[in-house]
Amino acid sequence: MTTDITSTEGTTGTTTEWPLWEVFVRSSRGLSHVHAGSLHAPDATMALRNARDLYTRRNEGTSVWVVPSAVIASSDPDSKGGYFESAQGKAYRHATYYTKSEGVKHL
Amino acid sequence: MTAPDRLAEPAASEEERAGQDHFDRIIAEDSRIEPRDWMPAAYRKTLTRQVSQHAHSEIIGMQPEANWITRAPSLKRKSILMAKVQDEAGHGLYLYSAAETLGTPRHELNQQLLEGRAKYSSIFNYPARTWADMGAIGWLVDGAAICNQVPLCRASYGPYGRAMVRICKEESFHQRQGWEILYELSHGTPEQKQMAQDAVNRFYGPALQMFGPPDGDSPHSQQSMAWNIKRFSNDELRQRFVDMMVPQAEALGLTLPDPDLKWNEERGHYDYGALDWNEFKTVLSGAGPCNVQRMQRRRQAHAEGAWVREAAVAYAAKMAERAAEQTEQTERTDRQLIGA
Repeated sequence: MTTDITSTEGTTGTTTEWPLWEVFVRSSRGLSHVHAGSLHAPDATMALRNARDLYTRRNEGTSVWVVPSAVIASSDPDSKGGYFESAQGKAYRHATYYTKSEGVKHL
Repeated sequence: MTAPDRLAEPAASEEERAGQDHFDRIIAEDSRIEPRDWMPAAYRKTLTRQVSQHAHSEIIGMQPEANWITRAPSLKRKSILMAKVQDEAGHGLYLYSAAETLGTPRHELNQQLLEGRAKYSSIFNYPARTWADMGAIGWLVDGAAICNQVPLCRASYGPYGRAMVRICKEESFHQRQGWEILYELSHGTPEQKQMAQDAVNRFYGPALQMFGPPDGDSPHSQQSMAWNIKRFSNDELRQRFVDMMVPQAEALGLTLPDPDLKWNEERGHYDYGALDWNEFKTVLSGAGPCNVQRMQRRRQAHAEGAWVREAAVAYAAKMAERAAEQTEQTERTDRQLIGA
């Protein structure tokens, strides 16, 4: 994606388009970073600073990640069925599938 | 792909049918729609309008409060009010982000507001005349907002619901600080108590109107409820709000300006008097006491903030250039060392 930063002066002021960043916050040590939201910023440093100001005003986090939205690759929502299907019907991947051992201790 | 070319028209409608089926199933299951899911054009349009209007309201809503930051009666009150105004800005940003995931870029949403093509909540077109108004706005206006927003946390559109969860967590601080301002004033001098009562008298009616027109008169409600965007009707939420406000007003030692307000044993709710819907329409159509002033201020702030946005871009460009230079220099040094 090319980031086109344009300024157009008009009667209503200036329009400046900044790239979009996704914000991930780790709420405490030992937990994973969780998506908190997104924001616009001209570069990573400012994205990080704005993310701190916007998403961690009430002790929500101990660490923040910002990732340019444009570099996130994701699965196609239209092929949701096919894409995740292989996990279905494989009950043997779960411990609860094995019932013969019921009542046997520490197993 | 070697499959024979299909005609564009039936293929599109087939895809659309599959999309519609999938969408209907998700709504029926009371699950969530995410940005990249297929959704009906009208659903996208309704949500873009609702979420961006909501964002605009948060941003315009900063004005009546910012008006009192310099005149707040103590340093502590100033700090609290600044935190609250900062929250409103944050709420606007969460909501703009959610609206953007529906496909309209931020600058376009902003432009719609600046050009007067988009609406915002009519409540913010009333002036904040006294310090007590900060109390009434926090207690009544933010109270009505919470009442409206809590069910929106379960809205069928994922990003909107998630933004609302975050917002609701922060709003309760706003309502409590408002209630406390009124409590202090109503337990102060007779003049202070009168000031608190006046503020409540002015904001109570407009706060009840924040839930929107009566159910029979609300054009989009039915569809929004079918889509699981709205969970309760305007009148249901309004009733819930009135029922909550009466005991809170009693605890404040203030009265609510409605002679028809009385407990209805049979219904188990408070009956309340008719609201002035003509006034609501007048304010919504742009002829309220502060409509012009609010829009002027918004345009002015946007224009005067241009240099900040430009400076941020220039700074980012300079830092990127400097980093590139540094990398080049390091590489050159490395090459020289290897060469030597």
